[in-house]
Amino acid sequence: MCGIVGLYLKNPALNDQLGALFEPMLLEMTQRGPDSSGFAIYRDLQPEARLKLVLQCADNDFSWPELAAELTRTFATDVDFKVVHTHCLISMAAEEAAVRRYFARASLPCAVVSIGRHIEIYKEVGLPQQVAGLFNLREARGSHAIGHTRMATESAVTTAGSHPFSTGSDLCLVHNGSLSNHNRLRRKLEKAGAVFRTDNDSEVAAQYLDVQMRQGASLEQALYAALDDLDGFFTFTVGTSDGFAVLRDPIACKPAVMAETADWVAMASEYRALAGLPGVETARVWEPEPATVYVWEQSGRGRTASKRAPEVVAA
Amino acid sequence: MSASETLPTTRVVDLRSSTVRELNQALHDLPPDAALSRWEVRSAAGEHALAVGINAPCTVEIKGHVGYYCAGMNKHAEITIHGNAGTGLAENMMSGRVVLRGNASQSAGATGRGGLLVIEGDAAARCGISMKGIDIVVRGSVGHLSAFMAQRGRLVVGGDAGSALGDSLYEAQIFVRGQVTDLGADCIEKEMRAEHLEALGALLEAAGVNLPARAFRRYGSARTLYHFNVDHADTY
Repeated sequence: MCGIVGLYLKNPALNDQLGALFEPMLLEMTQRGPDSSGFAIYRDLQPEARLKLVLQCADNDFSWPELAAELTRTFATDVDFKVVHTHCLISMAAEEAAVRRYFARASLPCAVVSIGRHIEIYKEVGLPQQVAGLFNLREARGSHAIGHTRMATESAVTTAGSHPFSTGSDLCLVHNGSLSNHNRLRRKLEKAGAVFRTDNDSEVAAQYLDVQMRQGASLEQALYAALDDLDGFFTFTVGTSDGFAVLRDPIACKPAVMAETADWVAMASEYRALAGLPGVETARVWEPEPATVYVWEQSGRGRTASKRAPEVVAA
Repeated sequence: MSASETLPTTRVVDLRSSTVRELNQALHDLPPDAALSRWEVRSAAGEHALAVGINAPCTVEIKGHVGYYCAGMNKHAEITIHGNAGTGLAENMMSGRVVLRGNASQSAGATGRGGLLVIEGDAAARCGISMKGIDIVVRGSVGHLSAFMAQRGRLVVGGDAGSALGDSLYEAQIFVRGQVTDLGADCIEKEMRAEHLEALGALLEAAGVNLPARAFRRYGSARTLYHFNVDHADTY
């Protein structure tokens, strides 16, 4: 059992309240996942040439200023950094692939938690309330957030094994369920260039989407392909730069509920996580269909979200 | 004596100031032979296990969406939910009546032994799974694997039914008005005879669902899975 929550604000006037609206959703799911928690916040979109990285290091003696200086020298860029508990938010001008290569090669004790122009992921072992407090979730501003409360079943309770899992530029994945063919799939994905940090089945799902999309699939195509290639139980929520996507496996044992008003779209494992949102009493509330990809995103004509018809099939 | 004096007063429980445990304990404290009592539950806010295990002829009105297992194991009570319900609505109901004004998540009416469950919206997957005598009337549609291994009782679907309807069915009866994606193993369409039309009409009326019985088709068990067939030994 795990808990998933997602909140996307259609009305930008609410952006200042993202954390205040989202934190209670996450905490409400504590019973579903008390051992670790994490969230992705989409805020402060960087200009085209710049990247945001969130790095994590459990070693308190690790020198973030030294790393920033090293990045400045290596990438010939100015580097802004802000330390948040065990994580460090870095802004720099660089190519994502080059930065990934750098951290894959460098023998550093820190790990890349998220990478993109928009996304910031923070995650830790501990009760959701503690984790939210460590990273000051309540004060967070932004357009949308994805969160997870973990009750580990498949692998160790560690920071790296917590969700969300970064799946490449500005994407992240949270998972409720368990995959049964993840070991075989992990070996296949490693041959396709994926580098794994944990034994976690959900990381395999995240890397699967990453590999699919690097091979040219759209997010929807990658998710529909996942229905064929992933064996097991899942409700996934995928955070994207301008929205989020939801997919349940065809058996649909793992719960999910969605709600929408003129101001926001939200999803959660259980309705009680949505019960505090403003206007939820009159929101459209529904259960996402099994084996159907739901995508909500900012349209070209303002901040309206829409569900795409699920006719796209895997390439 | 005026009408208002004969009606019991309604006891209001607001879950912002009372716990679910206090609510359920108060409902359990009603003796089975008590006179009718009326309850209203406010601020449900998706809480789990509301109004479960009642064994008394009371009426309970629940305002708001409810979480898992609402009205489970109900005996005698008439429970109305003004909202949507999570997993396992009215599971293992013994008797009484549960009415849901909105949509139900998976496994609504699971294993129910008696009583009537009315869902005015849609029900998700596995509606009436392993039902054992309950009547379930869904005004809208039901998801996949509904009435899986259903043993007794009736599942009535005013809309469509998802795939594998009635898989491994025993003696429960299924009536569907709309499309059936596909039938599960050993579930077949059966003739709608006069006695079925009459019984279904009475059930629809009892459920307050205004649909004509003749618009429904009947499904039931082909009864080929009841006994081990030695000719099929190789397939096991």
